[in-house]
Amino acid sequence: MKFGIQVNEGPYQHQASDTAYQFTKAALEKGHEVFRVFFYHDGVNNGTRLTTPPQDDRNIVNRWSELAEKYDLDLVVCVAAAQRRGIVDDDEAKRQGKDATNIAPRFRISGLGQLIEAGIQSDRLVVFGD
Amino acid sequence: MTDEMTEEGGTVKRFLYVNRRAPYGSIYALESLEVVLIGAAFEQDVSMVFIDDGVYELKKGQDTKAIDMKNFSPTYRALEMYDVEKLYADKESMDARGLTEDDLVVPVEVLSTEELANLMEEQDVVLSF
Amino acid sequence: MLHTVNKSPFEKNSLDSCLRLAKKGSSILLIEDGVYAAMKGTAVMEKVSAAMQDKKVYALGPDLKARGLDESQVIDGIGVVDYGGFVDLAAASDKVQSWL
Repeated sequence: MKFGIQVNEGPYQHQASDTAYQFTKAALEKGHEVFRVFFYHDGVNNGTRLTTPPQDDRNIVNRWSELAEKYDLDLVVCVAAAQRRGIVDDDEAKRQGKDATNIAPRFRISGLGQLIEAGIQSDRLVVFGD
Repeated sequence: MTDEMTEEGGTVKRFLYVNRRAPYGSIYALESLEVVLIGAAFEQDVSMVFIDDGVYELKKGQDTKAIDMKNFSPTYRALEMYDVEKLYADKESMDARGLTEDDLVVPVEVLSTEELANLMEEQDVVLSF
Repeated sequence: MLHTVNKSPFEKNSLDSCLRLAKKGSSILLIEDGVYAAMKGTAVMEKVSAAMQDKKVYALGPDLKARGLDESQVIDGIGVVDYGGFVDLAAASDKVQSWL
């Protein structure tokens, strides 16, 4: 089965990103394909590399990057939602005249079309939010 | 359910956007509308349902000057230009909130619980915000 | 269809709306704070039990455990699944609807 995953909330504030991660990991371990994980609304905040969570708790951002590295996952942060919330990669920094970038490894910023495409191409789209 | 094809030979799925939140108190209503607008380019079979506080998104007369936020309710009227014409409101949610079709900024089909349940079951992909 | 409910029935009306609009034969999976609806002895137990007459109800075990909820106190007939079971339920249904 091919899954598309939508994450609507940021790290730590809600359980959405955690549940999405556990679901995605379980799906991959069962041999399913995950077409894309699309981060929308505050979910884009899962894509900043600047978090420093307490050492004795899970590192949500790194966990996504590591899962992406292991399974070649496509982690996409919505550009419009990212612009509102300040998640920036090199292209966006140049385009918007920002003096810094903060995108985490293995995440990429792209348009809402990527979510629609995930809905079309996946067998199941699963939404995690609040 | 058979797969329909777009003119270019791509798959057409029945996309359902579920709106259950009031406008302005959170960004979900606005950003979900943005998905619908961008998604229109993909020529899918789109329906939008408004349930619970989602029916408030369509209320006429929104004046956002004093809260200094963008009034995005006119955008619902623009949906038909994007070929998004299947808008449904949950009768029970409207009744609970004292709303009638006259209170809404666009024409919608008001559905009973059973009709809405059937509609949702017929979809291929359900997006919630 | 697989319906997921992630909020407590005492916080939001998401469970109510889900139960009202889920068709006979659907599956409902309670996750995150939604698992509180799976427990015996609450004000929603009757409502959930009634739904089970024509729908299958499940609860996510890891979320029960996290919240100190005893699996043996889950309403009879609710299936407790792990994340793998969640994936299986999603694969076995034709689509997933999340009631947030």
